[in-house]
Amino acid sequence: MFSPCVRFSHCHQVLNVLFVCIPQNEGKRNLSLGGHVGFDSLPDQLVSKSVTQGFCFNILCVGETGIGKSTLMNTLFNTMFENEEASHYQNGVYLRPRTYDLQESNVQLKLTIVDTVGFGDQINKEDSYKPIVDYIDTQFENYLQEELKIKRSLFNYHDTRIHICLYFIAPTGHSLKSLDLVTMKKLDSKVNIIPIIAKADTVSKSELHKFKIKIMSELVSNGVQIYQFPTDDEAVSEINSSMNAHLPFAVVGSVEEVKVGNKTVRARQYPWGVVQVENESHCDFVKLREMLIRVNMEDLREQTHARHYELYRRCKLEEMGFKDTDPDSQPFSLQETYEAKRKEFLGDLQRKEEEMRQMFVNKVKETEAELKEKERELHDKFEQLKRMHQEEKRKVEDKRRDLEEEMNAFNNKKKMAAETVSLSQPLKKDKDKKK
Amino acid sequence: MYFVLVIIPSHYNHCTNRKCLSVCFFLQQRNLEGYVGFANLPNQVYRKSVKRGFEFTLMVVGESGLGKSTLINSLFLTDLYSKDYPGPSQRIKKTVQVEQSKVLIKEGGVQLTLTIVDTPGFGDAVDNSNCWQPVINYIDSKCEDFLNAESRVNRRSMPDNRVHCCLYFIAPSGHGLKPLDIEFMKRLHDKVNVIPLIAKADTLTPEECQLFKKQIMKEIQEHKIKIYEFPDTEDDEDNKLIRKIKEKMPLAVVGSNVVVEVNGKKVRGRQYPWGVAEVENGEHCDFTVLRNMLIRTHMQDLKDVTNNVHYENYRSKKLAAVTCNGVDTTKTKGQLTKSPLAQMEEERREHVMKMKKMEAEMEQVFEMKVKEKKQKLKDSEAELERRHEQMKRNLEAQYKELEEKRRVFEDEKANWEAQQKILEQQKLDASKTMEKNKKKGKIF
Repeated sequence: MFSPCVRFSHCHQVLNVLFVCIPQNEGKRNLSLGGHVGFDSLPDQLVSKSVTQGFCFNILCVGETGIGKSTLMNTLFNTMFENEEASHYQNGVYLRPRTYDLQESNVQLKLTIVDTVGFGDQINKEDSYKPIVDYIDTQFENYLQEELKIKRSLFNYHDTRIHICLYFIAPTGHSLKSLDLVTMKKLDSKVNIIPIIAKADTVSKSELHKFKIKIMSELVSNGVQIYQFPTDDEAVSEINSSMNAHLPFAVVGSVEEVKVGNKTVRARQYPWGVVQVENESHCDFVKLREMLIRVNMEDLREQTHARHYELYRRCKLEEMGFKDTDPDSQPFSLQETYEAKRKEFLGDLQRKEEEMRQMFVNKVKETEAELKEKERELHDKFEQLKRMHQEEKRKVEDKRRDLEEEMNAFNNKKKMAAETVSLSQPLKKDKDKKK
Repeated sequence: MYFVLVIIPSHYNHCTNRKCLSVCFFLQQRNLEGYVGFANLPNQVYRKSVKRGFEFTLMVVGESGLGKSTLINSLFLTDLYSKDYPGPSQRIKKTVQVEQSKVLIKEGGVQLTLTIVDTPGFGDAVDNSNCWQPVINYIDSKCEDFLNAESRVNRRSMPDNRVHCCLYFIAPSGHGLKPLDIEFMKRLHDKVNVIPLIAKADTLTPEECQLFKKQIMKEIQEHKIKIYEFPDTEDDEDNKLIRKIKEKMPLAVVGSNVVVEVNGKKVRGRQYPWGVAEVENGEHCDFTVLRNMLIRTHMQDLKDVTNNVHYENYRSKKLAAVTCNGVDTTKTKGQLTKSPLAQMEEERREHVMKMKKMEAEMEQVFEMKVKEKKQKLKDSEAELERRHEQMKRNLEAQYKELEEKRRVFEDEKANWEAQQKILEQQKLDASKTMEKNKKKGKIF
């Protein structure tokens, strides 16, 4: 029994080639060959390698709860991906990625379907787009981090960047909702958007035509850049340009099989008829499948890497302060830039340290001053009290002196009186004696 | 467990070297009923790659006169070096140069920009020490260019001029490798894919060639030289072919610019009096093997190995040097898995933590000192209060004492004064009585 093989994407390799081969005719000679050399097998070699490594593809489905995202995925890939129905009572929007390993012929595809659960359910939908943008940015960030590592293995890396965002438009028949415009505007510079009209079997043909025109004109007038199928490759330019005119695709999804005539097809059975999924006059499902999977899958991956990821990377690096040096001066040197950045960074850290120390020194000084002030106050108080005491003491002394003086005076007086008495006494005594 | 039935759709006909139909057992594989269409993905890749065109840089190294230019012309069936664009061999060089020629060739709708890098003067001097240095410098500078282009903020086109393959020409001495050969290959085997070739193989008989090859491979293994290895594929048949090729390494080649007629056919070959050594005859030399391997089957792999192994080695060494500037070398081991930016982030975080700790410590010390001082102040204040109280009490006592004294004194005074008054009164009375008596004639 074979064990399940997990293959990783060859994204970076192929797209490395993208950056690599833009013919510059400087000093190049065109030579003719004298025979069959054999390098016309190069594309085969490349394809063979990428098939061995396997491919990966990541789809983001944005749409309200119940609009048919899971059903459409099941229909597109002819398989029942497990899925619980989401409730309408989510607090916010959250993204649920699920990865599956599919195989067809000898081509292995690692498919990741990211569902936006709870989109459009809240009363206040102002921030609904944020989790989506954050998720997309996170995948870019992860890739960027891997790309910037010193020891990296990009050819092994499981690429989780979103290659296509299918935006499900509710089949009101009138126009886009403001939530749709806001969300798509926020996403158009980050991901390839293909808008589709969901549950298209509720819109009649004439309404559909008007609806499509209205939607496209609203998108254009609001400056929303949706994904254009590429028309530069002659092999597919015709079919792509004709499909571009059919956007947005009005799709119907179904995994139920209904017998129509003597065939069994996937369809939705109504009392008034059967809507066949793969009937091009009933809906655009076949067109969507053709464009998304059979013709432009590789281009979607390329655009994600070459345009959206590069934009993200550029913004991120500029944010971090990286800049390409002036093309007139020395050529850009990664080492010098990193070294300069590093010096700046270390200088920054040093400065912070200094600042903190300085702050502390100041704090200490302040507090010292405060405490000194208090000390002085205390000292003053002390002095004051001392003086007060001195004052009081003096008063007491004065009083004492007064008392002493008085006592002395009194004593003197007493003495004098006593002397006088003693003087007069002897007289009297004499007198008495004389008697 | 799911069956996956494999069906090849009709428009999947570009890829000819794969098996057509297989039935496989797979766990965890989804059962796809009906055709989805992503099996067309390889076609899309094919289409896009043809539109982009391809690039390949081939370096040839060897002493003069080993037939490098002739071999290139033979390989690509074109006159890369001709009268108008003479090869480096026609020009006399004094020192080792590195020269590149870029040509654009087309075949079957596929465009290839081929760059041939030649090294005239290699090994020709008397003293050949460091003759490999210009070659290494060239390879490194191309990697550096690519690294810088890849690291720009605005990346537009990243032309890949890295050397994808280096054909090293060994002189057909028949004995073994020369010291220069060994030295060169040792220095370059981890920078570029090295494929050693025995040049001018028509000077060796098949037996001599066999021995020579064995000797060379032995020496290569002895010196642990890593020449380019053909990767194993899953295909058993391909693996058999690969094993056959491996047994023939190093390939013995013959090149020729001249077409001669042999048995009515026009072939490239070298005409000798004793016969014609045909370039494309597998029994005469391994040229066809080389061409098949280099161009028809492994060109892409050579590019991939250059990109994924040699270039990554160069890059990680270069960036490690940058990050580890000023960083303690004992810490570098674990840091190679991060990008320099992530590392700076981590350093910043570490620093923030360090600062926090420092701050907390300083704060603590500060608080303690402040508390001390405040306590001291409080104590002084308390002391002051106490003394003040004491003094106050003292004074109060003194006052009281004084008051008491005064009271006593006053009392005494009052008493005495009262007494004096009585005495005075008495005296007065006495003198009055005396007066009376005097008046009475009691005077003697």
